[in-house]
Amino acid sequence: MITLNINKKTYNVDVDPNTPLLWVLRDTLGLVGTKYGCGIAQCGACTIHLDGNAVRSCVMPVSAVGSKKVTTIEGLSEKGEHPVQKAWLEHDVAQCGYCQSGQIMSVAVLLRENKAPTDADIDAAMSGNICRCGTYLRVRSAIHAAAELQRKKA
Amino acid sequence: MEQHTQGSILPVKTIAVLCGMVTVAVIMSFGFKEEIIADRHTRQGMEKDSAASVAAFMDVYKVLMSPRCMNCHPAGDVPLQGDDSHIHSMLPQRGKEGKGVYAMKCSNCHQKENLEGPNKPPGHPDWHLPPASAKMVFQGKTPEQLARQLVNPKTNGNKSLQQLIEHADDGLVKVGWNMGEGRTPPPISHAEFKKAWITWIENGAFAPKGK
Ligand code: FES
Ligand code: FES
Repeated sequence: MITLNINKKTYNVDVDPNTPLLWVLRDTLGLVGTKYGCGIAQCGACTIHLDGNAVRSCVMPVSAVGSKKVTTIEGLSEKGEHPVQKAWLEHDVAQCGYCQSGQIMSVAVLLRENKAPTDADIDAAMSGNICRCGTYLRVRSAIHAAAELQRKKA
Repeated sequence: MEQHTQGSILPVKTIAVLCGMVTVAVIMSFGFKEEIIADRHTRQGMEKDSAASVAAFMDVYKVLMSPRCMNCHPAGDVPLQGDDSHIHSMLPQRGKEGKGVYAMKCSNCHQKENLEGPNKPPGHPDWHLPPASAKMVFQGKTPEQLARQLVNPKTNGNKSLQQLIEHADDGLVKVGWNMGEGRTPPPISHAEFKKAWITWIENGAFAPKGK
């Protein structure tokens, strides 16, 4: 049995310790907001937070999680009121939506560490999140908007 | 009138002499820099053997320029990847501490250990590039340039010769020989590398001239 702390809840899962965390989230626990894109740390669709870092859950063996806190898109905010989520809706960022939970989880880390990112900061932070629909320009403008919302809130 | 002329000439002479002295001092400090580095080895009582040192360094150089070492010592601020040392996909940036930035930190993908399967991210608990303050670039360096860079504390992360010797057993250095499926290891074993590294340093850490 492996004990996991996900979105402030405790789960006990009976899985092979080498199972990637993404599989446990989606298949064992039904938290399907986090997506499977490539399985080899190339696309960013599976990005979750592990103690606040934007980790790729497809290459993280569940045994390596330990007591660290996992946050998925389902747990980013109680009711979708995180500034990034709000800005995403305002700017209608999603096309098919497949990459978007990974995008949002990456942006949340960027905006926690940099309250007013420049376009260059955004490129540096987001170059690992691939969007096959090419929503990059909307992602960029929504990040600026989310930064603004976050500053107003503070 | 005469007094006035003398009065204005003297300071000019003094300034000229002072300028000359400063220039000589600057030239001396630059000119003797390499000597001072070499001399330090002699003072530690090491027998210098420039031929053995340089020969050993050429083995060291082959290892350091292999993709397993050079890929994380790039000329730019993005690491390299693969046996062909292409720019790392998704363009992760070095960052101040060499550990990446924001949502693109090295450890977000590089786990504590290698993952099973070809070309999956290799792992180590402290995966990183050299920090921005001492980039320790290998890519594009000639043997002479790299040897000089490695022994100079200003460009080697402030390491003494003793610390350099110990660095051969650094965990992240050793990972170069255990990088997971799909990656060619350096051309000689870690034991052979360590021997060449120590031979190079203990024989005076000479830089191969003109190579
Ligand atoms: S599914 Fe994890 S990075 Fe693509
Ligand atoms: S919105 Fe379709 S992949 Fe990004």
